[in-house]
Amino acid sequence: MTAQPKRIHAGFDPAVVRKDFPILGREVYGKPLVYLDSAASAQKPQPVLDAMRAFAETDYANVHRGVHYLSAQATERYEAARETVRQFLNARHADEIVFTRNGTEAINLVSYSFLAPHIRSGDEIVLSVMEHHSNIVPWHFLRERQGAVLKWVDVRDDGALDIEALCAAIGPRTKLVAVTHMSNVLGTVTPLKEIVARAHAMGVPVLADGCQGAVHEIVDVQALDVDFYAITGHKLYGPTGIGALYAKRAHLKAMRPFNGGGEMIGEVTRDRITYAPPPARFEAGTPPIMEAVGLAAAIGYLARFDRAEIAAHEQALLARARESLRDLNWVRVIGDAPGKGAILSFECNGMHAHDVATILDREGVAVRAGHHCAQPLMERFGVASTTRASFALYNTAAEVDALAQALFKARKILG
Amino acid sequence: MDEGLRELYQDVILDHSRHPRHFGQLAHATHEGEGFNPLCGDRVKLYLKVDAANRIADIAFEGKGCAISQASASLMTEMLKGRTVEEAGMLMGGFLHLVKGEAAPGLAPRDRETLDVMAGVSAFPMRVKCATLAWHTMKSALEGGAAPAKTE
Repeated sequence: MTAQPKRIHAGFDPAVVRKDFPILGREVYGKPLVYLDSAASAQKPQPVLDAMRAFAETDYANVHRGVHYLSAQATERYEAARETVRQFLNARHADEIVFTRNGTEAINLVSYSFLAPHIRSGDEIVLSVMEHHSNIVPWHFLRERQGAVLKWVDVRDDGALDIEALCAAIGPRTKLVAVTHMSNVLGTVTPLKEIVARAHAMGVPVLADGCQGAVHEIVDVQALDVDFYAITGHKLYGPTGIGALYAKRAHLKAMRPFNGGGEMIGEVTRDRITYAPPPARFEAGTPPIMEAVGLAAAIGYLARFDRAEIAAHEQALLARARESLRDLNWVRVIGDAPGKGAILSFECNGMHAHDVATILDREGVAVRAGHHCAQPLMERFGVASTTRASFALYNTAAEVDALAQALFKARKILG
Repeated sequence: MDEGLRELYQDVILDHSRHPRHFGQLAHATHEGEGFNPLCGDRVKLYLKVDAANRIADIAFEGKGCAISQASASLMTEMLKGRTVEEAGMLMGGFLHLVKGEAAPGLAPRDRETLDVMAGVSAFPMRVKCATLAWHTMKSALEGGAAPAKTE
């Protein structure tokens, strides 16, 4: 069950793609659903749903335990999913992939098992102001509990990361650079390869939050040379309840266990304990088995396409949205960095994001409104919240137009 | 227009949100409270002056947030001025019922009519907390709690 790239869609056609996503056919409030909230969570294609269901119906059992037939079958599928993720990120070894509950847990794992044992008061963690709370709070824990210092790196007014400022923030006591690959609010794509090269030159490892990045960019962790890369399944058109951490083998080997329980041990006696080698050491308890199968199916689904064509399609949607909002002097787009991904955050003059989103919702247009779990970034741009439309492979030009129409309606009611 | 939206964003609400009553600080407040909705970042700061007869002699608020949260705060200040602390608690109880679409038998007809403009929010479950923020803040201010009121 590995992801064999086989192109079954000749040329990228969102109308064809949409047929794979049953939910996109539904209506809300009697209007066609226009789902522009994939950056929060993406919808699931039929092959993912089918794979999980078929697995549960025919092959399901617990993994790494029983000697019985089904357990062997399930174990094989679970480990095949790990191999699929390895290929997806182009990791060198499958044992460098740890399955987690989500991206958040992957980052917490690094905080607890990699960094915490070595943090002394005054040690520094460098991070950008556009991080998601999942890449902030685990480091705040180390500040609260062990006296770590968080060194914040600003973004430019267009939302681009200032790599010189980032490098300048790295000092002799910096223990980690934690940075997003793609901002969930601004869509900014960070120059990860350059960040890693320059941080490594100063002897500092780098963690990348790839929850958005892995969806829109082709990730090659070996080429990036990144130390840790966190992903989540549900934004990748896969199920909730599963994410993964890529970590270099040498790091994993040196890391202390995270949760304690079954699966992660070597031997347990009354007086002593040994731990399993990675990745099992970090996967205590029964893992998300069905979800791993679903994630592998999602990655397999993406592999049917030319990722560059998906990217081009999403960029075209973003450009269309930018264009239709350009002339509206009551809309202010936040985040305009060169090369940004298909995420559009904006503020409407005199209208609160929640009011805007409520009116859009009644038009069938689902967007996110709020601080997007990125409060330091909201503070940076002097806003309490924004409205965010995010575009995925199944969105269409007509849906972008529906967004613009609905915004006019919001303006009419609230403006 | 969508009936629910018309109900939610009716003129009285939009008027309160655009021209909030009793907006600002209050010198010599006897009670202060801060409300915060961690989901959306909306904030309300409330100032109350309670006199010897346990009556809310004056009231003011500052805040930043959506039309619903600001209108609700503004409307609340209008209603509470001149009421006793006990009456404020009763009004809050009735209001919490109304925004959930429940009957509020304890409300006097006149109060019910005033608060009814907020009842449209009951059709928008994700927005109920916007409407209740100011009232929770009022309660925590009068109870003198040190921690900011939260909707969560």
